[in-house]
Amino acid sequence: MNEINRTITVNGVNLHVREWNPEAQPTIVMVHGYPDSSHVWDATAKLLAERFHVVVYDVRGAGESDAPKHTKAYSLEHLAGDFRAVINAVSPKRAVHLVAHDWGSIQSWESVSDPAMASRIASYTSISGPSLDHTGYWIGQRLKSGKPSEYHKVVNQLIHSWYIGAFHLPGFAPALWNTGLDKLWPSILERVEGVGEACPNPSQRKDGVTGVRLYRANMSQRLTAPQEKRTTVPVQLIVPERDKFVTVELLDDLYKWAPRLWREDVDAGHWLQVSHPQLVVDRVSRFVDFIESGADDNEAPVALRRLQTDDQRKKYSGKLALVTGAGNGIGRETLLALAEQGADVIGIDIDPVALDRSIELAQLLGANAQARVMDVSDAAAWEALAAELEANNDSPSILVNNAGIGMAGPFLETSAKDWEKILGVNLWSVIHGSRLFGQQMAKAGRRATIVNVASAAAFTPTRTMTAYSTTKAAVRMLSDCMRADLADSGIRVITVCPGIVNSGITDRSNFVGQDEAGENQKRARASALYARRNLSPKAVASGILDAIDGSNDEVLVGVEAYGLNWLGRFAPKLARRIARYDLAG
Amino acid sequence: MSANTLSNEDLTGFRDIQRLAYDCAEAVAADLQPGVSEKDVAKKMESWLMDHGVDDWFHKPFAWFGDRTAFDGFIGFKHLGGFNPAFYPGNRRLEEGMPYILDCAPSRHGYTADIGYCGVVGENKLLDQLMDDLLEYRILLLEQVRQRLPLADISRAVDSLCARHGYEPRHKAYPFETLAHRVELLKDDGKQSHINLAHFGLRNIRELVAGGWGMLKGGDSPIWNSGKRADHAPTPGLWAVEPHLGFRGTGAKWEELLVVTETDAYWLDDDVPHVRRWQSRGLWPLEKVA
Repeated sequence: MNEINRTITVNGVNLHVREWNPEAQPTIVMVHGYPDSSHVWDATAKLLAERFHVVVYDVRGAGESDAPKHTKAYSLEHLAGDFRAVINAVSPKRAVHLVAHDWGSIQSWESVSDPAMASRIASYTSISGPSLDHTGYWIGQRLKSGKPSEYHKVVNQLIHSWYIGAFHLPGFAPALWNTGLDKLWPSILERVEGVGEACPNPSQRKDGVTGVRLYRANMSQRLTAPQEKRTTVPVQLIVPERDKFVTVELLDDLYKWAPRLWREDVDAGHWLQVSHPQLVVDRVSRFVDFIESGADDNEAPVALRRLQTDDQRKKYSGKLALVTGAGNGIGRETLLALAEQGADVIGIDIDPVALDRSIELAQLLGANAQARVMDVSDAAAWEALAAELEANNDSPSILVNNAGIGMAGPFLETSAKDWEKILGVNLWSVIHGSRLFGQQMAKAGRRATIVNVASAAAFTPTRTMTAYSTTKAAVRMLSDCMRADLADSGIRVITVCPGIVNSGITDRSNFVGQDEAGENQKRARASALYARRNLSPKAVASGILDAIDGSNDEVLVGVEAYGLNWLGRFAPKLARRIARYDLAG
Repeated sequence: MSANTLSNEDLTGFRDIQRLAYDCAEAVAADLQPGVSEKDVAKKMESWLMDHGVDDWFHKPFAWFGDRTAFDGFIGFKHLGGFNPAFYPGNRRLEEGMPYILDCAPSRHGYTADIGYCGVVGENKLLDQLMDDLLEYRILLLEQVRQRLPLADISRAVDSLCARHGYEPRHKAYPFETLAHRVELLKDDGKQSHINLAHFGLRNIRELVAGGWGMLKGGDSPIWNSGKRADHAPTPGLWAVEPHLGFRGTGAKWEELLVVTETDAYWLDDDVPHVRRWQSRGLWPLEKVA
């Protein structure tokens, strides 16, 4: 793809503009931040240029553009004027799609919230650069609220913005750039930001030194006396969760200023267009295609629609969760807990009536919920589901492999068919689900979590539950190995080991080696035991959500789970002796 | 006392006081405005009932707002055996869209009723669903009492219906996990008021305690729950039945008198607000329980 270089002059300042594929439509204009030049977009620009007309330019003071001497020349008004001149030159008739990062994003808010520019900007994708005016309001409102937790958010953001204060010290930042920071910068990006093979930027020293004026010209004035900046332009926020300079809380109020707002949190650092160019290209293309289609917001592709955000934003808003065995017990409660916290949910179960009820309840909690009736031991059914999601460019952020059946009885009377059945539901389902959706998760570039529901039986030998305990021990080891393997892909794997949960599992358990009357009797006795213990599925669900939010990789639920775990670890011989007794019988 | 010994006149007396109690709930509910507190509402019900000739209580009126309708939080199945100050009306103020429950049990001329009424100022879809689903419990209870199944089994059937619906049986937060309790005919002594202790009327509680004493000596339980003591066929007489469903901070219930005879059973009155609500929503009559 040929790169076309041109120069546009605004009030005597020459701006260096580069573009690709000018025959294509629509036009995407990308604005870089500090301390970068337009080269920060090189990887993304070339990929996007396969389908779009792509334009980048060096902001005044950076790269090959002129660097006016006066700090005042770097005010947001001048920067917005530059942008206007560029788009009028590269796309005089048709509105452009704007993509901006860091200071480029900060300055672009000025254009986006200018009513005169609304018809010239078709969409705005903002990465790591909040509006200074919005931030001024954000800080003001939190300080006025009088709540310590809100103060904490402000302090936290100020700590992340330490360098801004430093940039206001006379001579400080220029001295750093002039004494070698420019040479060190690529390796800093590689080590601190995880940007692989950062290319040295020929104008790094100039970009670093001159760009400081951006902060000095605008920061204090906009933050202390913010203006009400609203926009009708559709805005897509891509939020890198590992950003060291901007905290995610800063964006929580944004819907008030930009009511057509989509937000996706991705697992990346501040320079994600360099570290994850394909991710940025995918998100920008999807958004541009949707806006160009002219469709209503509620007709957006499902994965995009989920990201649209408003004042009802909750902890799991924008995420899709899959839960197996969602028709009752732990699965239903987990599905509902996720739904209540804002997730879109797909419930999977073999029992259509029970599953429909769970889905209805999830919908009553305000969630977008869907039922998927299938046999979780069936690989083809899993593949069909994965293919369907893939066809919609969709993928889950959370997968809860909960489906399981119980089985009890002597080993010698457990038939091959019994074994196949329980291995299918309890183990193969976890393998199928984790494999197929793990692949999707790794590709999607978001943080993702796989939760596998094992059992305290996974570490407790008993003579009566050989088959069940074997499947659960396998699930636990599978999870331990997956965790190690998938960590590099940003996928967490959580194992949950509940004790005796009154989930109704005993009502559906097989008691092998019994006639029907004997089986009913055993079942009633087991159910009574579970009811007496009365550990609720809700307790397990809340354990699962705590684990997803926290950092525990293995969660035990119920005092008996802790006791049995302790016994297996510190008194294994005793555990083996106890295993010989039929305690439930 | 058994229903066989209750005269038609007695049954009319019970029906009248139940209607009066529901009239009270409807009248107070019609005036409910956001900002009013549980205590205000309970007091209003009490004076309304006193103005209409009520001379004693099984318990004085309760009002619960918001997540207190589901007894979320500290009231657990076991906390203090369910005898918990959280049952008493508090300072919680009503808001638009917040579910509420009004529960009162007045006595007049020796006849006692115990009712539960729920609603919302504005709209609450969850509450609507809970109130719709409560219909199945009314049908299930009557069907199984007519089959003369052990009370504990019926209570467990209610528990499983809750599990199927995805609800928690919150009547288990009541003292003794009560799904229903006996109501006895008191003597009409002509007095304008009677002693009550901590919101409970002494004479009615004495009857209940006497029933409990009888149970310990081998008789039937005056409390209908899932426990072993209630593992017997339905005892003839009047039962105040109160299935109470909870779902993630929203609760709903109804409570009415069930007449049990030696061979049969029927609801004392079908003309109660929740039945009229089911009728108006086209849910009544329901053919069979899911």
